[in-house]
Order: sequence, then C-alpha cells, then structure tokens
Amino acid sequence: MASQTQNIQLNDDGSLRHFLTIEGLNKNILTQILDTAESFAVLPGRPIKKVPALRGRIITNLFFENSTRTRTTFELAAKRLSADVLNFNISTSATSKGETLLDTLRNLEAMHSEMFVVRHNASGAAHFIAEHAAPGISVINAGDGRHAHPTQAMLDMFTIRKHKGDFTPLRVAIVGDILHSRVARSQILALNTLGVTEVRVVGPRTLIPTDARALGVHVYHDLEEGLRDVDVVIMLRLQKERMDGALLPSEEEYFQLYGLTNDRLACAKPDAIVMHPGPINRGVEIDSEVADGPRSVILEQVSYGIGVRMAIMSMCMQKHPSAGDES
Amino acid sequence: MMTEQRIFMNEDAILNIIDGMARMLKERLAKNGIEDPAMIGIHTGGAWVAEQLHQRLGLSQPLGLLDINFYRDDFTKSGVNPLVKPSTIDFDIENQHVILVDDVLQTGRTIRAAMNEIFDFGRPKSILLATLIERNGRQLPIEPSIVGLQPPLEKDEHIRLEGPSPLTLTVNKSKKRRTEKPTN
Repeated sequence: MASQTQNIQLNDDGSLRHFLTIEGLNKNILTQILDTAESFAVLPGRPIKKVPALRGRIITNLFFENSTRTRTTFELAAKRLSADVLNFNISTSATSKGETLLDTLRNLEAMHSEMFVVRHNASGAAHFIAEHAAPGISVINAGDGRHAHPTQAMLDMFTIRKHKGDFTPLRVAIVGDILHSRVARSQILALNTLGVTEVRVVGPRTLIPTDARALGVHVYHDLEEGLRDVDVVIMLRLQKERMDGALLPSEEEYFQLYGLTNDRLACAKPDAIVMHPGPINRGVEIDSEVADGPRSVILEQVSYGIGVRMAIMSMCMQKHPSAGDES
Repeated sequence: MMTEQRIFMNEDAILNIIDGMARMLKERLAKNGIEDPAMIGIHTGGAWVAEQLHQRLGLSQPLGLLDINFYRDDFTKSGVNPLVKPSTIDFDIENQHVILVDDVLQTGRTIRAAMNEIFDFGRPKSILLATLIERNGRQLPIEPSIVGLQPPLEKDEHIRLEGPSPLTLTVNKSKKRRTEKPTN
C-alpha cells in the first residue's frame, strides 16, 4: 500500500503531484516543502501579500466534513497564490458514496478546476479521488477519517524547524488522544522521516493504539515521565465524544492526569516549545497559562499554516509544458 | 543533449569589470542627482554581483535580494524551483531610488518579473538596471542602464555566472538543437 501511495503522489520525475499522506515521501521532498514555505512565510510583512504564480488557476475546496478553520486556511493560501477558489461543502450521503464522489469530481474537472483540497470523514477518501483524477489534476488531503492530516503535520514541522533548527537531536512528545488522531499519525511519520532522535506518545491506555510502537514511537502513560527532557510538546485536542464513548471518566480527571500545566511543562527542557493543532480546549488538555505563555507557539502554527499550504499547493500544481519551442 | 563548456572569464577579470560597473554607476547616480539609492540583487547570480557592487558603492541601506521564481511568466511550464529562496527587502521601497542588479540580461523576462515583484513591495521612485553581462536575444523592450560586458555569443551558446567563490563565467555550447528557451 505504501509504494502504491508513493507512486500516486509523485510524478515520474519525482516532483509532487498529490499530497495525500506523509507515508512514502522521503526526507528530501519534505525538506523541499519546508524550504519552499520559507518564501511564503515572509509574505505577511509586505503590502501585497500575494504572488502571481497560480494566477487564474482554479482550486476547489471539496469539504465533505465541516471545518471552517481548515477550509479558510486553504482558501487564503490559494488566494495568496492568486488562484481562484471554489468552495463545495457536501454532506456525506449514507449510500453510494463512491458514485457521488466521482460524479462531483467529474463535474468540477469539467469546470477546469485543476486542484482539489479534500476533507472527508472516511479514511482513504482523498486517495480514492486521486486514483480517479484526470491527468493534470492534483489532490491535497485536508484530513481523511482517522488516517492522515499531512498538511497539518508539515506546518508543525515548519514551526519546529523555525524554533529548533536541526531535527536530528530533538525529542518530541505528542500528548493526548493518539488513537483517534489523524494529525498524530502524520506528525509521527514526518518526525521520523526528518530524523528526530525520539518520538514519544503520552496518554491513557484507552487512547493509545495497541500497536503504537510499530509506528516508531515510545509509549508513556505518565505525563511527567513522558515530558522529561523533551524539546517539543505537542498537545492534542480531547474530543467530547471520548467521554461519551466511555474511554475516559471525565474532562476533569483527564486534566488532572494529562493536562499540561506550567508545573508539568517544567519536566521538559527549559527551552521546550508547546504546540497544539487547535482548536484548544482550555482547562481540558491545556491550562490557559501555558497556552498563552512564553513557550507556546500555537498562534505561530496558524500563521505558518498558510505559507506551508501555499508551498504544497504550488509544488503540486501540475505544469503545462508548451507544445513547441521557438528560439 | 551534448554540451561543450568553456571558461569564459575568471574571478580577477570579473572583479575588474565590476570595478568598472561601480565607477559607471557612481557617474550615473551623480548625473541623475540620486543620493542614497538602495540596491536589489536577483538570486542567484545577480545577488553575487550585487554584493560586490554594494560594497564598492558603500550604500547605507542593506542589500535587498529577490527570488523571481513565483513571478516568472513561464511558471505554469516550469513550476517551483526546488532551490527557491525567500525574497528579502529590509528597507522601504516606497519613494526609494533602486538599483536592480542581475548577472545576465538576455530575453528581458527576468527583469520584467523582478520589476513586477518590486512593485508588490511598494512604489519605487526610480529603477536603474545594472547587469554584468548583456547579450543578444531580447524578447521584451527592456534595456540596461549600466553594463559590464557585451560578449558576442552564438544563438546556441549560454553564458552563466558560477559562484559564489570563485566567481567564474562559463559558456555552454549545445551540439543539438536547444530544447530549453533562455529565460533571462
């Protein structure tokens, strides 16, 4: 499966075509995304925060799962590349999902949309669309079920690189509901591909996959042990459904055991940074004084998210070679 | 595609040319009544030339650097350059006299892209163009203000500035028909 995904994501010359998952992408291409994003990270400082690169090209947000935040970031990224944006929010129908997806895709291709940013609650949805996309069309995965959220992982990597420089010596702890988190899966893959020293997952037994170690991580159930001497702390949002599903007793108990407070943060290195993919649940997984404190880079993640998505979209947008050559 | 490469000019000779360019620039600035201009070099070769010129002119504003990859008129065809660098202009373009520096001027497309990018930073008071090499092959109505050298070159010869140290000018001659349009 990994090699199939890799073949789909890359053109014959090794350049990006689709961005569906971190799996199958090597360190070089991940680094190239981060390097390209540097050019876009400087745009907010300018009067014109755009580049003309994708002028007139059409990018469609195909969101089968609601998400104003993520959709808005992708929309802004596309507009800053001077592309035109179409927004489709489609509620998933219970039957014949496959047909609906493909019919929608064909209709949009007929309107000359060249890129689709897809968010769906079924794992593998973006991959499915990519497999059926016409030549010259690109698909970006904005989150599929519990499988992957690769653009989030890349903006998290960009944030880490901004603060820490070299990935190699880093110890990174990801704390929370790893089991249900597509973000965590993508982050773990990216961190390991970029060559960090150690990735740790920290959380209650009910929220850590039983085969976690196969992902290339060390598992901790004690927060303070898990945070000891780490350089980066990534907090994941605790979803209310987990309490309903009897995986946890209550939010208060979760906070007592796994909530990030300044005291617990003191177990990490003195210059450790605190990250969160958002939106944050204050008083559940993270204390306000940490979220708003000097080590938090949560708001930076949001602003870097636009530049990183611009990099991914501009790299994936397919080239139109000209038919002939004039000298 | 088979190419023949020869060294056209070594660093000492190049720096001599740049000395000459600096003298001509000073005269031109005086003639135009421009004091305290800012300078912008185009990645990658133009930036190396600009560093040398910036020193020789003793300009007060930090050197600006431009990567035109996202402003190219053939971006649809060529895509993102894996070596793209951020453009950094740490002074205010608004109402500023600017000296734009590149290594080779041929079609004029790079300069067109560079000017478009500069205008997205603000409205310069004027732009002077200084280029180390000017060669035939212009496809747009763009002319340099200051030129280092005008070497006579065949249509199938490409001249490149290599660097950053030592700076060397090399000429590549292709034995087959070129499949890549020159873009600078």
